[in-house]
Amino acid sequence: MAKVILPELGEGITKATVSYWYFQAGQEVKEKDDLVELTTDKAAFNLPSPASGKLKKIFFLEGQSVKVGEALAEIE
Amino acid sequence: MFSFDILDLGLVDYSEALAIQNRLVCEVSSGVKISTLILCEHNPVITLGRQANEKNILKPQDALMKMGISTYNVHRGGDVTMHIPGQLVVYPIFSLRQWKRDLHKFLRAMEEAILLLLRGYHIKGIRKENNTGVWVGDKKIASIGISVSRWVTSHGLSLNVGGNLDLFSLIRPCGQDIMMTSMTEILGPNNVNIEKVKGVLIHKFREVFKA
Repeated sequence: MAKVILPELGEGITKATVSYWYFQAGQEVKEKDDLVELTTDKAAFNLPSPASGKLKKIFFLEGQSVKVGEALAEIE
Repeated sequence: MFSFDILDLGLVDYSEALAIQNRLVCEVSSGVKISTLILCEHNPVITLGRQANEKNILKPQDALMKMGISTYNVHRGGDVTMHIPGQLVVYPIFSLRQWKRDLHKFLRAMEEAILLLLRGYHIKGIRKENNTGVWVGDKKIASIGISVSRWVTSHGLSLNVGGNLDLFSLIRPCGQDIMMTSMTEILGPNNVNIEKVKGVLIHKFREVFKA
């Protein structure tokens, strides 16, 4: 089981908003595939999958805000 | 040490510049190429960023088509924006791993380069809190919206050097009721040369990014 964690994005950046999931729960993903896009200020950034496997659970939907260090999803 | 190449595309279609950006992102990401600053101008085109609301385009799609204006949904931060000839469009394809891994510092650095450029023309540009971009009084002169993949940036900023600002009435820029201005509007049409502005912009980017 691998957790997809929102990494450090810069000084003073504590959260970001989910803008797009490239995959849906239940789908197979490969390590390094773009998994989810988030936005902060006028920057949109892609988060790659940390592992290959099934995208088991998505914890934050598009439009929701995630804190740095929080898990966005689980890969099994 | 951080450094970057320059790629001046001149007047180029949005779709062609987008393909070049995407290719460069892969090349910079894999280390085949070093970071590259793309400079260009586009024929009139409307682009919608990730936070965009289509209601911020004020004309129906068929009316825009008749005017020869295409719209694109793009993977960048921000709402709706427009590019017109005379506006200098800047796409830094920068590896932030080799600069600073900081999305907001990158946005602020681009603003800083524009502020320094304007100062050289005796234009007092300002930042507005929580409103990324560069302003002159209450009017906007430079818009910013970026995309980042594996710490490599794309999309970027547009600086209104000149051009027909009336075209911005087709949209609500950035989803706000804001007026646009340009260096030409402020300084007069004969006092700004976009080729010279490009040279100054490259110089200011090198200064701010220490490249």
